Amino acid sequence: MVKPIWISRDYDACSGCRRCELACSIHHEGWMWPEASRVRVFMPFPGLEVPHLCSQCQDYPCIESCKFDALSIDPDTDAVIVDREACTSCGLCITACPGTVPTLHPGDNKANICDLCGGEPKCVEVCVEAGYNALTIVHEEPNIHRKLYSRNPVDTARDLAVKMFGEKGLEVIE
Amino acid sequence: MPGGYAGKWLEVDLSKDKIEEVTYSDKILEQYFGGRGLAAKIAWDKVGDKWSEMDPLAPESPLMVYTGPMTAIYPGTRICVSGKSPVSMGTVGSTAATELANEMKSAGYDGVTFMGKADKPVYLLITDNSAELVDASHLWGLDGEKTLIKLNKEVTDELTKRKPNVGLWKDPGMIYIGPAGENLIRNAAVLAKICHAAGYGGYGSLMGSKNLKAVVAKGRGTLPVVDAPEATILLWKKTHEHLMARSAMRRQGTGYAGYAVGADTSSEPIRNWQEEWHDEKSFGGPMFETRFWVKKKWADFNCTTNCMKVSCIKTGPWKGDITDMPDYELQAYCGTNFGIFDPEANIHLSALADQLGHSGINGPNTAGFAVELHQRGILSDEDFGFKPKWGDVETFDKILRMMAYREGIGDVLAEGTYKAAFLIAKMKGKKPEELLKYAVHVKGIEVGAHGTRSDADYTHDISYAASVQGGDHTSVASDGYNDMSGAVFTDSAVFCNFTYYGVPQSLVFDFAKAITGFPMTLHGWRSVTGPRIVTLQKALLMMGGPGLKWEPIKDDDNPPRFYEPLPSGPYKGKTTDKAVVDQKLQAYFDTLGWDNRGIPTKETLKKLDLAFLEKSMAKLR
Ligand code: SF4
Repeated sequence: MVKPIWISRDYDACSGCRRCELACSIHHEGWMWPEASRVRVFMPFPGLEVPHLCSQCQDYPCIESCKFDALSIDPDTDAVIVDREACTSCGLCITACPGTVPTLHPGDNKANICDLCGGEPKCVEVCVEAGYNALTIVHEEPNIHRKLYSRNPVDTARDLAVKMFGEKGLEVIE
Repeated sequence: MPGGYAGKWLEVDLSKDKIEEVTYSDKILEQYFGGRGLAAKIAWDKVGDKWSEMDPLAPESPLMVYTGPMTAIYPGTRICVSGKSPVSMGTVGSTAATELANEMKSAGYDGVTFMGKADKPVYLLITDNSAELVDASHLWGLDGEKTLIKLNKEVTDELTKRKPNVGLWKDPGMIYIGPAGENLIRNAAVLAKICHAAGYGGYGSLMGSKNLKAVVAKGRGTLPVVDAPEATILLWKKTHEHLMARSAMRRQGTGYAGYAVGADTSSEPIRNWQEEWHDEKSFGGPMFETRFWVKKKWADFNCTTNCMKVSCIKTGPWKGDITDMPDYELQAYCGTNFGIFDPEANIHLSALADQLGHSGINGPNTAGFAVELHQRGILSDEDFGFKPKWGDVETFDKILRMMAYREGIGDVLAEGTYKAAFLIAKMKGKKPEELLKYAVHVKGIEVGAHGTRSDADYTHDISYAASVQGGDHTSVASDGYNDMSGAVFTDSAVFCNFTYYGVPQSLVFDFAKAITGFPMTLHGWRSVTGPRIVTLQKALLMMGGPGLKWEPIKDDDNPPRFYEPLPSGPYKGKTTDKAVVDQKLQAYFDTLGWDNRGIPTKETLKKLDLAFLEKSMAKLR
């Protein structure tokens, strides 16, 4: 397998099926648990569905921010790996992330970040299988664009709204 | 607790501002399952023998917002809204696709029963193992779209304030009413996601009568634990494989049917069902798709059928109107039934109906009825305040608004097609029959956009006539036990019909068993559970309400129009055969163990563990 991989996201193509959330939580938690999923689909207005997940910034501000060495880079995939023992649930990584991507897991309250399923992300599998291709895998060297995807999903939806609904798009999210 | 249930239901007394948690026995859950079935049972438990005297819009009338044990786990999330229907006086399991259902489950609840009436507008906010009533005065009067936009923002802000450090809070799930529900338009809808609705039954007005603007939920918990998790996950994958293979449905949704049901099966309402055939290529699917569909694969939580497509008008006077395809029903009822064959006008009127809070089938049915009364010289220009015309967007734009705000003739039409017929007859000194011949309803429920006359659609002779949900096209009666495992099942398990049809029934029932652990079989559902729910609904329907009692046999029939010969198209001259209807009706009663007037017999009630209905049924026999 060519490495590293990155999950490319095409917001226009997202159907809002949230099977990515289900597949992710089935893989990591053994059961369907949308809020424990490492990818969460925001919908600030119907039709504007934005899958929100780690974009593996080149400079990893989350890892930088952690005072307890709980976050590290997976040498094989470049994914952020959480050491759940070391994590103190302080939430600094969440604030440090330009897109506020990490969450505190609704079960153990530890930092919850996409680990790329060790190189075969389940969210991508179900999304591609259904023909949506909102999430796909690309094999590319890290680049400066990735970090730009780390963005508040409601702001992303505001932009999408204008593309999709024209002027009306300016009014659909308060 | 059997698998698939969160295990608790909320009971909200709006008069007393009191919220309690309740639970139901395994036996009740196995017997009524959830959604439509459980709601009918709980409605009976709350009201009992006083059913026939209770005004459905009175404070003591319960309103149910229930999931089922399969909700959100089986593909196609949905919520079921029910209670005593202000239009039929029975119960309807009225469902809408919305993430409210899975959010409610994740928050730890299977449903909510509302009683009483709030003294000012409120909404219910459900969070993890908790619920509260919130002032909704600032939302009252707002249309559907604005309600949703405001609620999304204020609830997300509030949850963030309460727990700021867990990361970003995702938007909640919700149902709400628009002005039509608030102003007690009898057949108003409960809405979700700006263009989805629990339309049949008139539960928008029931919500309005309680001063309840919305139900909102956001949960962070798991979906409920199931009996056999590994089997469930396997079946979940299998079911999606079946859904993903349905290529035409996934590509077109029902948005190509506005042309096909007219041109092909000749069963589409045109000008209040005066015709059912057209060959208007301007109304073809590609004309909607090419110009207006801005998202072609739109799904709700856990769905790969993605039959929804987002439409948006970007230029001209209706710029900014957003709705779904429209789906077939609204292509018909906000299009062809108004004599309108222009996609843009159809999208505008559909969006308008949604935002006003009408049920896009039922409210527009009444509007079409009114315009035919004008055509027949029963209503005048003065009654409308203008000259109504078929095919004219302005006409229907105005009527839909007048209904939602009860202005002028709209105040009468707001009572729904059936009741409006009586009120207008009285106004005009006519016999009700003279107007009822144009009223296309069954048991007070305006008929969905699938006619019976050509016999080429899925709706036939007794589809509506025998149904306990009258004109509801999503749950029609059929010969034998078949319909018992159709919508009666999906509306009680609470998931979408469009994630059901096309999946082998044996697979679905294995799925149901893996989730709940109940010894479920297709046969068991067809011969016992389904008939139990339908028999209970039939009993409640025939008990009726104040000033409205359905007459056995006479009212178990199609609208008069369905016996007129089709005037045009390839099925010209064809009509519904009354003799077949009569004969099949008796066979249907027989199958279900009802007497020859359709009243459940004492033996049947005993066999189905419905003996509590005996006293009320004895009176009707
Ligand atoms: S699986 Fe793909 S299409 Fe479905 S919600 Fe996730 S990103 Fe969107």
